[in-house]
Amino acid sequence: MTAYLLKRLAIAALTLVAASLMVFAVLEVLPGDPARLMLGLNASEDAVVALREQMGLDQPMIVRYLAWAGDMLRLDFGRSYTYSVPVIDLVAERLVVSLPLALIALALSTAIALPVGLFAAARRGSAGDTLSMGAAQVGVAVPNFWFALLLIYVFAVWLRWVPAGGFPGWGAGAWPALKALMLPAVALALPQAAILARVTRSALIEVLGEDYIRTARAKGLPQSRVLWRHALRNALIPVLTIIGLQFAFLIAGTVIIENVFYLPGLGRLIFQAITQRDLIVVESVVMLLVAAVIVVNLLVDLSYALVDPRLRTPA
Amino acid sequence: MSLAAPDPSAGPAAALRRALASRSFAVGLAITLLVAAVALISLIWTPYDVTHLVVADRMQPPSLAHPFGTDHLGRDVLSMIMLGARNSIAVALVAVAIGMGVGVPLGTFAAARGGLADELLMRFSDLVFAFPALLSAIMITAIFGPGAVNAIIAIGIFNIPVFARVARAGALSLWPREFVLAARAAGKGPTLITVEHILPNITNLLLVQGTIQFALGILAEAGLSYLGLGAQPPMPSWGRMLFDAQTRMVVAPWLAIFPGTAIMLTVLGLNLLGDGLADVLDPRLRRRR
Repeated sequence: MTAYLLKRLAIAALTLVAASLMVFAVLEVLPGDPARLMLGLNASEDAVVALREQMGLDQPMIVRYLAWAGDMLRLDFGRSYTYSVPVIDLVAERLVVSLPLALIALALSTAIALPVGLFAAARRGSAGDTLSMGAAQVGVAVPNFWFALLLIYVFAVWLRWVPAGGFPGWGAGAWPALKALMLPAVALALPQAAILARVTRSALIEVLGEDYIRTARAKGLPQSRVLWRHALRNALIPVLTIIGLQFAFLIAGTVIIENVFYLPGLGRLIFQAITQRDLIVVESVVMLLVAAVIVVNLLVDLSYALVDPRLRTPA
Repeated sequence: MSLAAPDPSAGPAAALRRALASRSFAVGLAITLLVAAVALISLIWTPYDVTHLVVADRMQPPSLAHPFGTDHLGRDVLSMIMLGARNSIAVALVAVAIGMGVGVPLGTFAAARGGLADELLMRFSDLVFAFPALLSAIMITAIFGPGAVNAIIAIGIFNIPVFARVARAGALSLWPREFVLAARAAGKGPTLITVEHILPNITNLLLVQGTIQFALGILAEAGLSYLGLGAQPPMPSWGRMLFDAQTRMVVAPWLAIFPGTAIMLTVLGLNLLGDGLADVLDPRLRRRR
């Protein structure tokens, strides 16, 4: 267990360092002077020099990388050029939109996918199985932003149950805020749920063919107990892996979905920062998101050990 | 003189019969061929010229003259969808080619060499997977400029580790097999063995993964062009059409319905085709389903 844990930790740390080098390098190989690029062609020479100094562009590359990486570790991301506020404040302000959105979507997709996958696997070959897997096929194929448009049309324009976009902020009370997040969360969750349902079903079908399932059935356990207690537990590793991977998809998905719904979240921040060439915001937020993905995948790896006792003892 | 009766389960004709018996494969192939045909026809003919704006005909609902209606500039939506099919297919197909072209040699090389080369490849693909693909594609296209070519590159880069992993896993399972052993005993080097024995035996795997990545590429292209980072006007793209439809959806829902359905149908067709191929090419998988 300790060896497994240490190996995963070391890999995660190395990946993080390599990722930071990559983010730094991408912005480094940009054609031209980053300060000039950010300020535009009409900027005065003084402004460019000042920004170059602020960004430390007069230093050698390696010094700049170490300084940048060190600042990141201390959660000091510098100041946004376009918003003139510390990046960390921007991130905090946007995170209260994006994090609940991603979590609701993840919970929603898991809550839909597990029962559907379980149902389809238990009644494999039945009409219900065919129907639910057919629906999952369609769900995987639907682009989430198109699904979002259809949701807006039905629930915001036609039925007027929820707003079509925007975010009132949590200050106005939890309910209006949650209402504003509902359609985006559903739009994000649907394709994920479809993928997860398929994975759950095939993982379960694999497990249901094992000898210990036959044994459990032979000793007269009821179907529900065989499924929940014996089959699902053993099918959890692929399911957890997909849930972990979906986190990365959700993060990327928020960039588009937040644009569809005009939500002031992290995804919209990064998209705007990219189009406004606010490179300080871009590199910090990308780095943060990549770090989040790496940490989540590490947690998934560690959770394997909780699910599968064989991984707890050294091989 | 007696000739052994040909094995009825072998040969291309039997394979095709088996394939068409698979519902996923048949439906997937039909949809994919339809979309491909539409894209090919758009090369020589579309009902209307989409660069020709007829403002008098703007926002017309579907009719005999315009089966899918017209958009806010009076362009025929059906013609735009036909051109959009060409754009989507071109972007996703080249992105798959980039992924295969770079990923397969990397993966088979890592499997043949093992050791440090293999470890490096796996860690590199971990690294690429840590970057949410669409987010990075957005960054690449935004920084290096929007357009179909940069969209292809951005999507293609993220196909590389996928194909490298699939090729590696497939190759690793083949290296201990007897026929590879025999080839080694005959004095063939790793490169020759890879080309002569490994590659032909992982083609099925790569074909199935190829259709999946093709479908994902279509979705990614749609997302990028929705954000304005894909193909640039006047070349129509499905994602861009949906972006234009968003603010006009209330008065002209057809503007949102047809391009979205086109994306969904194309991706659905490819996914069914991939599932069907996996069934047909690997009967072991079929039993498990």
